[in-house]
Amino acid sequence: MTANDPLPARFRPGERVRVRGGTGPGHMRTPWYCRGQEGVIERICGFFGNPEDLAYGRDGHPRRALYRVRFRQRDLWPDYAGPESDTIDIEIYDHWLDPAQGRENHAA
Amino acid sequence: MPHEHDHHHDHHQHGHDHHDHHHPHPHRPDQDDGLTDFQAMEIALRELLIEKGVLTAEEVRLAVEAMDARSPAAGARVVARAWTDADFRARLLADGSAACAELGIDMGPTKLVVVENTAEVHNMVVCTLCSCYPRFLLGLPPDWYKSRAYRSRAVREPRAVLEEFGTHIPERTTVRVHDSTADMRYLVLPRRPDGTAGWDEARLAALVGRDAMIGVALPRQP
Repeated sequence: MTANDPLPARFRPGERVRVRGGTGPGHMRTPWYCRGQEGVIERICGFFGNPEDLAYGRDGHPRRALYRVRFRQRDLWPDYAGPESDTIDIEIYDHWLDPAQGRENHAA
Repeated sequence: MPHEHDHHHDHHQHGHDHHDHHHPHPHRPDQDDGLTDFQAMEIALRELLIEKGVLTAEEVRLAVEAMDARSPAAGARVVARAWTDADFRARLLADGSAACAELGIDMGPTKLVVVENTAEVHNMVVCTLCSCYPRFLLGLPPDWYKSRAYRSRAVREPRAVLEEFGTHIPERTTVRVHDSTADMRYLVLPRRPDGTAGWDEARLAALVGRDAMIGVALPRQP
């Protein structure tokens, strides 16, 4: 592995994932409203420099897999007014995701 | 002609000739007095780059002019091609940037994701974190796209936002919001309106407005 190799993608389309919670200083591109929430990998978008490094003038290496993760609106907003089938896709980097556990509260 | 005196502003210092005026009216304040921190930073950076010979003022001006010249017409051309050419549509959905390059639209390093509206799914784009927008295809974003109201409400109550744009999506159709949070840019491929069989690309493109490609509206009906 050279310095330019990206980190491998840990997830595949269709897999259920949970967005990491937590906070931290600095620049992050994971919206607050999906932290700690579960969704499904919609696609792998490719490999990109880590924005948390790029924001401070570093090179962003190693690059990370970027995914589109699909969430049910009802999971994000318990009082969501639209139908159950409404969804939202959010771009999230690999290091913000964990495999989903305990899926008893979620429909397929 | 209550505003006739406006035409004399070129010849007078602001305000001093209005004392005997019997119809005073409020003046819109100038918007160019005082700089924000970011404006001051931009000027400082630009002047340094020019001073050091990295860029010329002309190059900066040309870049601004090129950005301002982009318009939703490019996006409409892509949509119209996709409506008339099934193979192009398939390539567009598989790799948006590569398909646009076929039409001579250079997306630069930007990766374009094209999301297609169907009877089952209506797509709508927002960038909650800032104002990411496919400028190569749509030009500069409208002010509302950058507003906190749109950015926060589009993810929280998209159907209410759509209704305010005059766009009703039936409950049986999934509303799918795309939050453009990182390296992708999004273009909505609207549904081709009925009654347009046999239309050529230019005629079809005229039906495709900016808002339909953001997903807050539908194409114009023929």
